[in-house]
Amino acid sequence: LKNGINSRAAGYRSQDVFQDQRNADAFGALALPLLAQLYNFAHWLTGNREEAEDLVQETYTKALKGFSSFSPGTNFRAWMYRILRNTFLTSRAGLKATVSFDDEENEIPERPASGDPESLLLARMDQEQIRLALEQLAVQQREIILLSYVEELSYKEIAETLGLPIGTVMSRLSRARRALRELLSSKMQGAGL
Amino acid sequence: MSCEWRTQLDQYADGELQQPELSTLEVHLRSCSSCAAEALGRMQMKRSIHNAAAGAFTPSADFRARLQSSISGDHRPVKTWWPALLFSTAAVVVAIVASVLVLQHRTERNALAEIIDLHVSTVASANPVDVVSSDRHTVKPWFTGKLPFTFNLPELGGSEFRLIGGRMAYVEQNPAAQLLFGIRKHQISVFILQESDATARDFPNGSTHRLEFSIESWPAKGLRYIAVSDGSMADVQALTTILRSSQ
Repeated sequence: LKNGINSRAAGYRSQDVFQDQRNADAFGALALPLLAQLYNFAHWLTGNREEAEDLVQETYTKALKGFSSFSPGTNFRAWMYRILRNTFLTSRAGLKATVSFDDEENEIPERPASGDPESLLLARMDQEQIRLALEQLAVQQREIILLSYVEELSYKEIAETLGLPIGTVMSRLSRARRALRELLSSKMQGAGL
Repeated sequence: MSCEWRTQLDQYADGELQQPELSTLEVHLRSCSSCAAEALGRMQMKRSIHNAAAGAFTPSADFRARLQSSISGDHRPVKTWWPALLFSTAAVVVAIVASVLVLQHRTERNALAEIIDLHVSTVASANPVDVVSSDRHTVKPWFTGKLPFTFNLPELGGSEFRLIGGRMAYVEQNPAAQLLFGIRKHQISVFILQESDATARDFPNGSTHRLEFSIESWPAKGLRYIAVSDGSMADVQALTTILRSSQ
């Protein structure tokens, strides 16, 4: 039935549909290779499979719809991440998570630089502990760590994704890194390492 | 480490530091071991987090199919630069690890240089050894009470080698026995120290040539033996074989 309606619509406005098909082809070629990464990011944000799938599906639908407004030459990857992230923020899970969003001014006190080889120790922690620490991180910090370390977006891409100036990206990233380091080292002490 | 470097190290580890700051920092890293360790730590941490979180969750085949059909079209995969980025990150980490290994290599070279210096100054001295004897039953007991360990000396009769004597030596502040052997016109010093001394690690097993000196290092019964000579490697190895047979 759905196909029937579509083909009838095609009959009425074949020019538009042809254009749409070309759009969809171009979009698919760009967007589908990003699926695994975007899904991983979505799962990290939402914390479960079902919501991650919904989030990714909605992201792709919105992106396809807005693809004609996407100007070639700008960063497609950052554009996709941006749609996903904004979709997440307005979703139920996102609204819940943003309650705990840190204020930009909310500074974590800088620990004295003790020439710490702690990061060397952290590197030896097992993956499960690192995953737990990431889950415990505030969403705002988790997303920037994920974008930088896991999705390996450049500062510029992160700035585009989050709609922030590069300077803010750097300071937020450094705060997030510090928070993660604290979490990991407290876990390490807990484990008696 | 000052805060100025701290911020730059973050950017450096993220591959975001631009010239001219990049060159300035790299020069600094070569001279500041704490910053170099810090940079390596950051990269390792980044790597660990990447390994723990990237691809932690994968879309199911079912979901992929659903999504694909929801955005109809021909889906040729496009070439992604993702692997290239992973590769370049890996290359940076490898470069840093290599520089740490170079530092390690440097301490090995320093230790070798010290051993050679000890050998040369012994041979050049008017009184090269503290206990002058060709009798192993004289030389070995002389070290008793002077060293925190003991060692075996083989019978040299029947070989070309002769025992000249022995003296106390210190290799990077660790007590060692130095035995002096002669073969034709050459002399060979054999240093014996405890394998548990940190210094022992600076002498990897096997033969090395350095400044025309032949050096052979081997472990035996918790001790580290290092033979050094201005003679040929063949002589050093022949003596090594005799010494090892007694261990």
